[in-house]
Amino acid sequence: MIKVVIIDDEPLARSMVSEYLQQYQEVKVVQECGDGFEGLKAIQQQQPDLIFLDIQMPKINGFEMLELLEQPPAVIFTTAFDAYAIKAFDIHAIDYLLKPFSKDRFDQAMQKWMEQYKTGTGQEQVKKMLEQVPTSPAYQHRIVVKVGGKIRIIPVHDIQYLEAADDYVKINTAEGYFLKTKTMNYFEQSMDPHQFVRTHRSFIVNVQLITRIDPYEKDGHLAILKTGGKIPVSKTGYAKLKQVLGL
Amino acid sequence: MLISGFVKGTVLHTSPFSVNKLRLAFIAFWFIWTALQAVVVQRLGFDWSISIADGITFNTILAIACFLVSNNLRYYLPQQDRYWYILLWSIGFSAVSIFTGRWVLMRFFGDHPFYATFLVDSLLIRSAVAFLMIGCMATISVLWYTVQERQENEQRKTDAERLAREAELFNLRQQLQPHFLFNSLNSINALIGSRPDEARLMIQQLADFLRGTLKKDDQQWASLSDELKHLQLYLEIEKVRFGHRLLTEVTIAADTEGLTIPSLLLQPIVENAIKFGLYDMTDSICIRIQTRKSVGQLVIEVQNPYDPATATAAGGTGFGLNSIQRRLYLLFGRNDLLLTKAGSNLFTTTIIIPQQND
Repeated sequence: MIKVVIIDDEPLARSMVSEYLQQYQEVKVVQECGDGFEGLKAIQQQQPDLIFLDIQMPKINGFEMLELLEQPPAVIFTTAFDAYAIKAFDIHAIDYLLKPFSKDRFDQAMQKWMEQYKTGTGQEQVKKMLEQVPTSPAYQHRIVVKVGGKIRIIPVHDIQYLEAADDYVKINTAEGYFLKTKTMNYFEQSMDPHQFVRTHRSFIVNVQLITRIDPYEKDGHLAILKTGGKIPVSKTGYAKLKQVLGL
Repeated sequence: MLISGFVKGTVLHTSPFSVNKLRLAFIAFWFIWTALQAVVVQRLGFDWSISIADGITFNTILAIACFLVSNNLRYYLPQQDRYWYILLWSIGFSAVSIFTGRWVLMRFFGDHPFYATFLVDSLLIRSAVAFLMIGCMATISVLWYTVQERQENEQRKTDAERLAREAELFNLRQQLQPHFLFNSLNSINALIGSRPDEARLMIQQLADFLRGTLKKDDQQWASLSDELKHLQLYLEIEKVRFGHRLLTEVTIAADTEGLTIPSLLLQPIVENAIKFGLYDMTDSICIRIQTRKSVGQLVIEVQNPYDPATATAAGGTGFGLNSIQRRLYLLFGRNDLLLTKAGSNLFTTTIIIPQQND
């Protein structure tokens, strides 16, 4: 039996998918979810073989939901008009259904998934896309992390600085730090460069919190934050900082 | 001078001589000045015939010089720092005028014993007068053409602004969200199999809504009751899409129904509130719409629930209110007609529409 979870905030859109699935006798829709939180829980509990996932949903979008999963299941994305997401799918050769979709098109997507299901290649593509593509078209205004079993949404203005830590990035806030499996490059590119400056290979700092920049050793500087934190600034980082701060 | 004027791309202005009133003034001035000069010469002891000929000759030549100077400036207006051009022209033209005048009068009255000496003796004062007059004419012309140039620039600027504003207003009005359209079609697709009657109803509503949007594209104003009918169609469609999650409550004050509102302004505000509410909350939400009349203005309040903790991360004021703000500014020249208030868990968007007939 193949377990399927459908995640979409519109009930009729979900019923459309389950209707098309009725013909597939080996497939069972184990749960339907109206938002990403529910979806996340359902995926963890049900361990589905395939999910149908909408992009625009309440609270967290489809990408953000997938990011929170250590082993995301195989996905068929369904979307009406998310130019941004569609571009990401095309770049990473990921199949998606544009609403409204025909039964033929749906069958085609299922066919493709079946083939990948045997070889297990589909999940890899999705994983790769999530690593490279920011979760929203504009500069990130929030970062979604998982702490223990709970999901935290961190508004970016709460972030003091980011620090590289092996395979993770440490997100430092007033409440302490959160870890996220992403690269420094990913954050550097997806955050507003007027607010967050990569001052060092291992540091990205929220410039609004900088109170002072002191010289430090040869060629280097230290950015002193309101909170008392000291962030290393390299030679190129100093040039970037000066530009953003208009010095 | 003439060629360089064209090369510099100077616009051809209307000359002060082409205005009737001014032309008459110039002619009157010529008569008065000629008469004055004739009287002065006559009183110095010359015949009337000589005096009048003296006045007419010099003043006609001066008039021609003035005309030439003014006409020249029509084609070539010196820039701010080149006013010495005018000075040089004035000197040159007055010198030429005086010598021409002298030459003409010498031919006719050269054998008159006193007049010839008088003519030579008075050349200096005549030159001074000629210089003053041509200088005045040049100054008047420069002012005249500068004002014209400024008016033309102003006109061009307002024309360009008006065109840009019309184009922008047109764009701001026709903002049909493709996301809405495709999702609605998807809902219809789902309904066709299970509930064909509802599918048919929704197609009808969607068609009416789209027709309304197209019809309203070419009109700037609509009555509030028309806009509310249009909004109702939109809300019905959205309710089918989102099912029980979306509730609405519309309260219309009786005295506001006849008021006017820029067409297609209300629907995007409500659309924004729905998106904001639905994407920020996981429970069902209620959108409240209220209208009231206040000191001759139509006030509409749209409320949606939101989560202050995550909404601040979304930028606070919601998604698409910028185009509404811009449109109100283009229509009324005011930036205070769209207000937003973030309460503890309700977000309120208020628009104020000044009424034209009040």
